[in-house]
Amino acid sequence: MSEQVKVQDVSTNGEKKLTKKDLFSMFIRNNFLLGSFNFERMQSVGFCFSMIPAIKRLYKGDERKKALKRHLEFFNTQPFLAAPIVGVSAAMEEQKANGAPIDDSTISGVKVGLMGPLAGVGDPIFWGTLRPVIGALGASLAITGNIIGPLVFLVFFNILRLATKYYGIQYGYKKGLSVISDLEGNRLQKLTEGASILGLFVMGALVCKWTSINIPVVLAHLTDQTGHKTVTTVQSVLDSLLPGLLPLLLTFFVASLLKKKVNPLWLIFGIFAVGILGYWLKILA
Amino acid sequence: MSLIQIILVCLIAAIAGMASVLDEGQLHRPLIVCTLIGLVLGDLKTGVILGGTLEMMALGWMNIGAAMAPDTALASVISTLLVITADQSIGKGIAVAVAVAAAGQVLTIFVRTLTIGLQHRADKYAEEGNIRGIDMMHIIGLSLQALRVLIPTLIVALISVTTVQNLLNSIPEVITKGLQVGGGMVVVVGYAMVINMMAVKYLMPFLFLGFVIAAFTNFNLVALGILGLVAAIIYIQLNPKYHASAGQNRAAATNGGTVSGNDLDDDLDD
Repeated sequence: MSEQVKVQDVSTNGEKKLTKKDLFSMFIRNNFLLGSFNFERMQSVGFCFSMIPAIKRLYKGDERKKALKRHLEFFNTQPFLAAPIVGVSAAMEEQKANGAPIDDSTISGVKVGLMGPLAGVGDPIFWGTLRPVIGALGASLAITGNIIGPLVFLVFFNILRLATKYYGIQYGYKKGLSVISDLEGNRLQKLTEGASILGLFVMGALVCKWTSINIPVVLAHLTDQTGHKTVTTVQSVLDSLLPGLLPLLLTFFVASLLKKKVNPLWLIFGIFAVGILGYWLKILA
Repeated sequence: MSLIQIILVCLIAAIAGMASVLDEGQLHRPLIVCTLIGLVLGDLKTGVILGGTLEMMALGWMNIGAAMAPDTALASVISTLLVITADQSIGKGIAVAVAVAAAGQVLTIFVRTLTIGLQHRADKYAEEGNIRGIDMMHIIGLSLQALRVLIPTLIVALISVTTVQNLLNSIPEVITKGLQVGGGMVVVVGYAMVINMMAVKYLMPFLFLGFVIAAFTNFNLVALGILGLVAAIIYIQLNPKYHASAGQNRAAATNGGTVSGNDLDDDLDD
């Protein structure tokens, strides 16, 4: 289809064209994508809000009304990867405004077709890997009272985020519909799989390093010949086996409950209840 | 708190409220919010420490699809406010934060339902071709999210310190110490959410690899992150799945596939 569109584009001599400034102002607006998130159509108004500079440039009168309505449809994806979709939509609108035979359902179809796969890629990369990893790095510094912690988190995460959004819009706009064939290649799959590996690896490390479960129940008091006393607790036995074993088991238990659609908030409360009960019964410290 | 401090705290609350719905610059995460509140109240160190502690707990709390994370913005603002102004322990801060995060989630659901009305107003403006109107609806939606955190914060800030102190001091020690014990364990909920999202069975060995390396070494997170990255790169470089073209060509050749078919295949793979 992209071939057809390009031919049309040339034949109409491309009178209306988005400027660099339009694309930049779409990038700025795209930073507010989720502002009016609602349960009915989710990021719908935000998407339209991002598209407004393009709509303003390309359409007038009735065409403008139609374009606004077109972009108030249901929309929801990972917010950073909404940027390439905004770019592609802008490219399509530009071609449509110049007379290319693109109907409304094509634009909607491309948006819907892109938002699913991009959410599928963006969620594990940004929410599953980058934020927890950079967040954990920052938090581990902050716990010691080091102000570098929050700064590291804020700066690194936002550099990655802004770069993704800025180049995302440019890339989407430049590539137009051929983005879809890019999506079908295995580049994205490589990226998602690589991110998942990094995420799982770091999560495994975090489970061990940053979860604290201590069972101080005393199993035995031993006094050796030199009079040196050693106390064997449940925890010291477990630690000699495999440090972090209990957190790992607890993680898998919670993961299986989450899979059964148990509300995470109840799990959080449940764990705090166990903490209080365990402290009271002196089996946790 | 002085008047200026109250105003600045409210400003941070409003920004955090907006950031929590936008989920862009992460100004709603405990690590940032607690630090900022600490800065304004003149106890940066406590803010940073509480922020780090709460961030660890909330590491995997995320908004995916229509699912919402507990409200880290409101929880961070109010817990830091109470810990610093009423001179309380980090443990009590955690207790407050957890309760407020849950309550805040209800407020978030409320506002996200309320904004459906704005969506319909935006539809009407679209029919009129009123661009300003649509912009306004979006901005009003964002402002409601600012108020969602600002109003409860202002109420807490205006309650006298002694009332808050008495309230917090009436929490028995077994609860606060128990909550701290729970706080050490509750992080696994976040880890579990992340793991569930990425877990494909054949990638699980990497979780155990990370776990064992962390269990028996003293590597810090930077070192572990680099190791994880290296593991990911090597996996992708060596994975036969991504070298399918060679295999396909051989298969095509043995099946008597045409040369042009192979060329097309190569082009698609590049």
